[in-house]
Amino acid sequence: MIEFQNVTKIYPNQNRAALENVDMTINKGEFVFLVGPSGSGKSSFLRLILREERPNDGRILVAGNDLARLTNWKVPALRRKIGCVFQDFRLLPNKTVDQNVAFALEVIGKPRRFIKRVVPEVLDLVGLEGKHDRMPDELSGGEQQRVAMARAFVNRPMILLADEPTGNIDPATSIGIMKVLDRINRTGTTVVMATHDAAIVDSMRKRVIELEYGKVVRDQNRGVYGQNY
Amino acid sequence: MRSNFVFQEIWVGLRRNLTMTVALVVVVAISLSLLGTGLLFVKQVNSTRSYWQSKVEISVYLCYSASANPNCHGAVTAAQTQTLEQRLQAMPQVQTVAYVSQAQAWTLYKQAFSNDQSYVSMLKQTDMPPSLEVKLRDPSADYNIVASAVTGAQGVDSVIDEMNILDKFYRLLDGLRNAVVVVALILVVAAVLLVANTIRLSAFNRRRETGIMRLVGASNFYIQLPFLLEGVIAGLLGWVLAALLLVGVKSFLLNNLQQYFNYNVGLSAADLIEVILLAMVIGVLLCGVTSFLTLRRYLRV
Repeated sequence: MIEFQNVTKIYPNQNRAALENVDMTINKGEFVFLVGPSGSGKSSFLRLILREERPNDGRILVAGNDLARLTNWKVPALRRKIGCVFQDFRLLPNKTVDQNVAFALEVIGKPRRFIKRVVPEVLDLVGLEGKHDRMPDELSGGEQQRVAMARAFVNRPMILLADEPTGNIDPATSIGIMKVLDRINRTGTTVVMATHDAAIVDSMRKRVIELEYGKVVRDQNRGVYGQNY
Repeated sequence: MRSNFVFQEIWVGLRRNLTMTVALVVVVAISLSLLGTGLLFVKQVNSTRSYWQSKVEISVYLCYSASANPNCHGAVTAAQTQTLEQRLQAMPQVQTVAYVSQAQAWTLYKQAFSNDQSYVSMLKQTDMPPSLEVKLRDPSADYNIVASAVTGAQGVDSVIDEMNILDKFYRLLDGLRNAVVVVALILVVAAVLLVANTIRLSAFNRRRETGIMRLVGASNFYIQLPFLLEGVIAGLLGWVLAALLLVGVKSFLLNNLQQYFNYNVGLSAADLIEVILLAMVIGVLLCGVTSFLTLRRYLRV
């Protein structure tokens, strides 16, 4: 599903590469934790998958598409197959929960009937039944993140990217969030999650890829957060 | 569903920076109406120009009882008039010569100023000089040749070159038109800058939404369309205002000119519509192209 072949990314005016010779394959349906200290290249990795950045060297394949060969106007089609969740939730403050999730479908031109059917389904999946008409500022952090996940998942993407989704959430609520992610993964969605949260990584025992200074130093199935932990 | 969404976004966008939208509409309205006025002006001037082309070119005023010219010794005699007439007619540059008596001149005068009796009450028939109205074959031909043939001759009071006076008049009108067009162009530049700024502000205000749209995979066209249409709609609103102003200009200013001419030199409704349509095309193109270029620069896709 996602393949990195010797990928290097150097941001302009930087001495050190953000990613250096990263080479790995993530298969369909996998759940992968991307761990490493700040600045190790986790966010860059995710941005490359989304085609928000282009690599300086190497080849990236996402869902069979060679990203280098993708013309600019084909990029939106790629992004519809990828859902994104962020640390800061990125909800629209003046729309309700329902409208926030529906927005993702409206802008890609889905018919109203479809939206009316699918949005309640996905809100149930993330555990927000009954909160359809709340505004984001009436929700707790955990609930807001669930809305974000509902929005990311509503179009049934092939890949879900999560950039530190539990970063702003307390440990107890984080467990709930991870349960949702697990549920999403079980439907067949490939999940790649960048995180600092050692407890979660340790408890879930999924594949762990560790980055340090842009290089892959560990790729372990059923891994834990850190060796020197 | 789709078009509903687009229109909703446009409406929200226009309302959010209402003050800027209003400013934009006003500037577009003023610049388009100035441009239109300049064009109407040009048409009007051309229309009156063709009126005058068919008229007299040289007036040879003959001596009459109240002449101040020392060359005149009393009123011109019939014999002198005839000599002059024949001399003029013989010249190859001259097409026609017509004699206008004092009585005829008085009638024409009263007719010309029928709207304003004060002019009529100021003078009497005996104040009117008789004249020979000379039409040249080639209007741009040398007035001097013909004029010098009769200046200072017996019975001639003064020789007036109508075209000379009119030339000055037309140069004044042309100058006025140029001034109007220059001001209009400056305003058009201002309008373009305002459109760019308004769209930029609009895009900035909605960066959260557009960011999510990008992430979620909305096509670039879909993201840009509401902003583009915002610019075009504001331009169209400005044009509607400009059209109203232009109709006003034609009705009040230009139609009043008609009273000074016997011949119909007024602009037709077709002329007005032509100018208004041209203004719309210019307005829409300007706003649309500017919006598009601004979006390419400030809206990340």
